[in-house]
Amino acid sequence: MDKCIACGECAAKCPKKVTDTFNAGLATRKAIYVEYPQAVPLKYAIDAGSCIYLKNGKCGFCAKVCPTKAINFEDKPVAVTLQVGSVVLAPGFSTFDPQKLDTYQYSQYKNVITSLEMERLLSATGPFNGHLVRPSDHREPKKIAWLQCIGSRDINRCDHGYCSSVCCMYAVKEAVIAKEHSAEPLDTAIFYMDMRTYGKEFESYYKRAEEEKGVRFLRTRVHTIIEDRNTQDLVLRFVDDNGKLIDERFDMVVLSVGMETSKELAALARRLEIELNADNFAATDCFSPVKTSRDGIYVCGAFQEPKDIPYSVMEASAAACWAEADLAPARGTLTRTKTFPAERPVADEEARIGVFVCNCGTNIGGIVNVPEVAEMAKGLPGVTYVEENLFTCSQDSQEKIKDIVEKKGLNRVVVAACTPRTHEALFQETLRDAGLNKYLFEMANIRNQCSWVHSKEKDAATSKAKDLVRMAVARTRLITSLGQPTIAVEPSALVIGGGIAGMTSALGLADQGYQVYLIEKEGQLGGNARSLLTTWKGDKVGERLAEMIARVTGHQRIAVHTGTSVKASSGFIGNFETVVSGVSGDKVLRHGAVVVATGAEEYKPTEYLYGRDPRVLTHLQLDQAVAAGDPRLASADTVVFVQCVGSREEERPYCSKVCCTHSIKAAIRFKENRPDSQVFIIYRDIRTYGQREYLYKEAREKGVIFIRYGLDEKPEVSDKGDTLAVVVRDHVLGRKIELHANLLVLAAAIVPRDNEALAQMFKLSCNSDKFFNEAHAKLRPVEFATAGIFLAGMAHYPKPIEESIAQAAAAASRAAVTLSQESITVEGVVSHVQQFMCRACGECERACPFNAIAVQEVEDGLRAAVVKEALCKGCGMCAVACPTGAASVRHFGDRSVLTMVETAFAAGN
Amino acid sequence: MSGEFTPKIVMFACNWCAYSAADLAGVSRFQYPPNLRIIRVMCTGRINPNFILQGFENGADGVLVAG
Repeated sequence: MDKCIACGECAAKCPKKVTDTFNAGLATRKAIYVEYPQAVPLKYAIDAGSCIYLKNGKCGFCAKVCPTKAINFEDKPVAVTLQVGSVVLAPGFSTFDPQKLDTYQYSQYKNVITSLEMERLLSATGPFNGHLVRPSDHREPKKIAWLQCIGSRDINRCDHGYCSSVCCMYAVKEAVIAKEHSAEPLDTAIFYMDMRTYGKEFESYYKRAEEEKGVRFLRTRVHTIIEDRNTQDLVLRFVDDNGKLIDERFDMVVLSVGMETSKELAALARRLEIELNADNFAATDCFSPVKTSRDGIYVCGAFQEPKDIPYSVMEASAAACWAEADLAPARGTLTRTKTFPAERPVADEEARIGVFVCNCGTNIGGIVNVPEVAEMAKGLPGVTYVEENLFTCSQDSQEKIKDIVEKKGLNRVVVAACTPRTHEALFQETLRDAGLNKYLFEMANIRNQCSWVHSKEKDAATSKAKDLVRMAVARTRLITSLGQPTIAVEPSALVIGGGIAGMTSALGLADQGYQVYLIEKEGQLGGNARSLLTTWKGDKVGERLAEMIARVTGHQRIAVHTGTSVKASSGFIGNFETVVSGVSGDKVLRHGAVVVATGAEEYKPTEYLYGRDPRVLTHLQLDQAVAAGDPRLASADTVVFVQCVGSREEERPYCSKVCCTHSIKAAIRFKENRPDSQVFIIYRDIRTYGQREYLYKEAREKGVIFIRYGLDEKPEVSDKGDTLAVVVRDHVLGRKIELHANLLVLAAAIVPRDNEALAQMFKLSCNSDKFFNEAHAKLRPVEFATAGIFLAGMAHYPKPIEESIAQAAAAASRAAVTLSQESITVEGVVSHVQQFMCRACGECERACPFNAIAVQEVEDGLRAAVVKEALCKGCGMCAVACPTGAASVRHFGDRSVLTMVETAFAAGN
Repeated sequence: MSGEFTPKIVMFACNWCAYSAADLAGVSRFQYPPNLRIIRVMCTGRINPNFILQGFENGADGVLVAG
């Protein structure tokens, strides 16, 4: 595998075509293949079940053409025994196979596809390069329907009672993208039961899809699909909201298939002796959502429960956090450090550039005339050595480069080959081995961005390759050695907020061996959880919270400061200094990382007589009343819940995520205590995602009545003396009904706290709903854009306990990445300010997205911009914003970029 | 003058996205005309408007900023 350079010669020659499973069977690939172009590592593999040589002993074309002799037919699977302290399971999910459902005729009708096939159709690397066509005739569709809950929320045909959590959102996304990919106006319709767009920014995406993009949403289940045999169009038969039977014709139907655990995975779980729940997902507990039933084995992603990317990423880091805590004593015991010779100073030398032009077997050399490029390079100013290589990246070439740098006294190296994105680090290490600073290196991308993309135009490709080498050499003359200072790390963290999230982060870090300062504004720990009764799985929150508080307060590495808030903070990743203010005065804390877990609070409704009638309660008040044994609860004959109070409205357009589950859990409790009581839930969409769906089912079985309402016709509440009258239009009867409630429970929104001061202090950003913004919605869900500061719990977005805990453990894990190092190495490509030119205008500070540059007093009375190198990502926005030219970026100064512009077309194209 | 007009295009590509996308186009063997020269920067935020003008000044017929 080490020898494979992913040139693809083998696949080009392989005579055996097989179905491409990555492209959902919509295309073919060869028996020797790379699963997808972004694969890491990018290496070809032989599909042994299809390979002609492996089956019949004849063929072997791939081995003949492979330029690096990377193919070894004798390779066999080997069993390896590893000694490990923790195991993390991240095996993912399988999609539901809709062939079992004859209603949709997936295996018969060509234009009925799954959502995963649609993903491939829409992908630029898919079977049609992102050109949207339907399978039967490769014609552009004009009308597409998505059918939701295929293999989810269905115990009738497929035995999957749970909600797959992600399908509503991906269907909306696919509909929007399909419209964007379509040349002609495209009609898109999503047939659904409840729209479950409960994640951060999801609801506004759903609204935009409907109102701005014109995606149609139809709340109904399609009964039959009939194919027109002549056109292969599909006629969908369904009953609309008014009970009318409708036939509508579509060009294509996408089945939004759900997630499930495969048989193989269930077998693996049995071998590992971990418990699975009834749906074959790994059984976990709300308070330890990534711990399996077996100590030391952790789980993350959709094998735990169907979930989306951000939450899978959070769980992955959470699993790492707890696995790390188990392994803390062994940390660093297997690491080795490579040593390099001292760097040779080159600043006073004239440029002596070595150019190495790679043939990459025939990948470059077969198209670009490499000898011609090399010959041209010899004449460029500053170049003192030029060499061609068959493979510049091979081990012997590295030795050779090192040798030549030393013998010829080279002080800069240009490699014309593949791409710096994959190979820069390798060559930079070779330079360091040869005693040169790693920044004295430059690559010319003559493979990925030249020979591979101009394979039919050899002369033009050669001409371009020459230009690329000329540009690289011109730039290389101007680049210099850069220092990479190291900064010591304070191995401690400040956790702001002592709720469940804050305490989880604190424990996660302290268990890994770091000192934690836990700051809580209130007089006691616990936050919102102090008012909560149970999790959706039934864990008693009070008991578990007490255990957690006892562990936190008893932990030798956690210093708890209640009644304390943050007053001021300075510093940066690894080196923060924060002043906290409490009952005993101010205190200065030094720490290397910050976790913001300030939570959120329940909305105080102004509607439905709340605050004016004692029979109107919010969720938290209901839980408190249950805990206190309020006699009104047992005597209530009729209880009405109203959902989305303050959520999913113009003022607060987001979904508060936890309320549907919470209302249903409470409704079941009423029904259990008094089966003869009447319980109504007035809702807009029921969003009991994942296995919470079983609560919804249980509630209906127990006789809880669900009545849907729309924003245009909200329920009306009035005081009738003994009871509260709730008037609402019943969606089944199609007329208004009046309920007489003894108790009215409002599913009040979850609203952010006032984060302004904290946001200012740490330079954090908030979204339009005033929840904190993570660095990346999908891939960095617990980090802020400013390095060293992390985010957990409801300060990020409303979420249930198990998700707050996973996110908080994830934040601890990400913080520990820094805290586990004695020092951090600053990259060389950072901004710097020439103070004598700076007029302290602050434009750079406003431009910087990373909080890495600020105007401050540098000496008595003199103010200038100063770069915090540890935070700087080298993006250069400050350099562009600077009106005087005082700020610039090392390695990407104006001259070193412009010289490439000047030499870009020297060969005359 | 003979043949069709072939514009010279200078492209500034962000290291983290557009430059990687151009690499991926190579891995996927997409074919496109060879009259494009890609210059890698760490972020398109680094592109000073002057860079674009300098592109034209130095003979480019088009400047593409991608990131």
